[in-house]
Amino acid sequence: MARIIVVTSGKGGVGKTTTSAAFSMGLARRGYRTAVIDFDVGLRNLDLVMGCERRVVYDFVNVINGEANLNQALIRDKRSDNLYVLPASQTRDKEALTREGVGRVLEELAQTFDYVVCDSPAGIERGATMAMYYADDALVVTNPEVSSVRDSDRMLGILASKSRRAENNEEPIREFLLLTRYSPERVHKGEMLSVKDVQDILSLDLLGVIPESPAVLNASNSGVPVILDDHSDAGQAYQDMVGRYLGEELPHRFVDLPRKGFFSRLFGG
Amino acid sequence: MGLLDYFRASRSKKGSAVVARERLQILVAHDRAERDRPSYLPKLQEELIAVISKYVKIDRSKVSVNLERGDRQDILELNIVLSEDTVPSR
Repeated sequence: MARIIVVTSGKGGVGKTTTSAAFSMGLARRGYRTAVIDFDVGLRNLDLVMGCERRVVYDFVNVINGEANLNQALIRDKRSDNLYVLPASQTRDKEALTREGVGRVLEELAQTFDYVVCDSPAGIERGATMAMYYADDALVVTNPEVSSVRDSDRMLGILASKSRRAENNEEPIREFLLLTRYSPERVHKGEMLSVKDVQDILSLDLLGVIPESPAVLNASNSGVPVILDDHSDAGQAYQDMVGRYLGEELPHRFVDLPRKGFFSRLFGG
Repeated sequence: MGLLDYFRASRSKKGSAVVARERLQILVAHDRAERDRPSYLPKLQEELIAVISKYVKIDRSKVSVNLERGDRQDILELNIVLSEDTVPSR
């Protein structure tokens, strides 16, 4: 039985798709059979970030409507045999995702996969509520910025009331905070909310802190999940975050300012 | 640190992050209180107003019904202001 994880945030542009790509690749690289689904119907982008945009034949909505079966629609990642991508449809029909249809697809995936990662669209419309409805765990992606933190809190409220677990009075969805685009320099200068600030306000378990990094744009430019960039700070931070999700206790890196050496102290910089 | 940096640092001693944190704390607390309100509260308020109006004239805008959640107990707080002209003379 698979565990279903929604990657959500409310606000757009905070790194949900980047995180979905990195997280699912991280799970797959550790040997777990993982499927990652793009719920952003009409604005599909996960395929681009994963670098499989030219291999899309059938999509999520085709499977829901019975126009294709799951095996036809799932795209196997070329870098990991354990990772499969289910792309979103480009239809403009907002009603395309039905609760029953999504439930059926997730149930079928759950039979053969260990983890199913649901990449939620921004907002609180149908795609977003469908992505979270069946979730067991939620990764709440947040930037250290007022509107993102507020929207994340709104999503926590929706997770707690409008999910299958909430409606059936089951154990609630496990919620984790992933702070992205973090800049220790700006926090040090008092220009940016700190990890502790955001954690205090949202009172969530901190799964990871991803530093603001040029590696993220480089990765999406070339369609390679940033977690595969072993040398980059963001890639390593995502690797740690996957480890923590799987129960490892790892210290948070890239949170504090690097200690300055004697020469940089002397000459500034 | 250059002279300019010194002035820059002293001017922005209280960074904008502190302001952001304070604003968010207030906002999120307010949002959560709103969210945690049980859905029956507005209807309860309407019915209470109806009952009380039978006996005294009250200004609807001066009635508030709040539910405060505590660790061990919840408090349903009902606040009705009776202005002088609405209180019947005894």
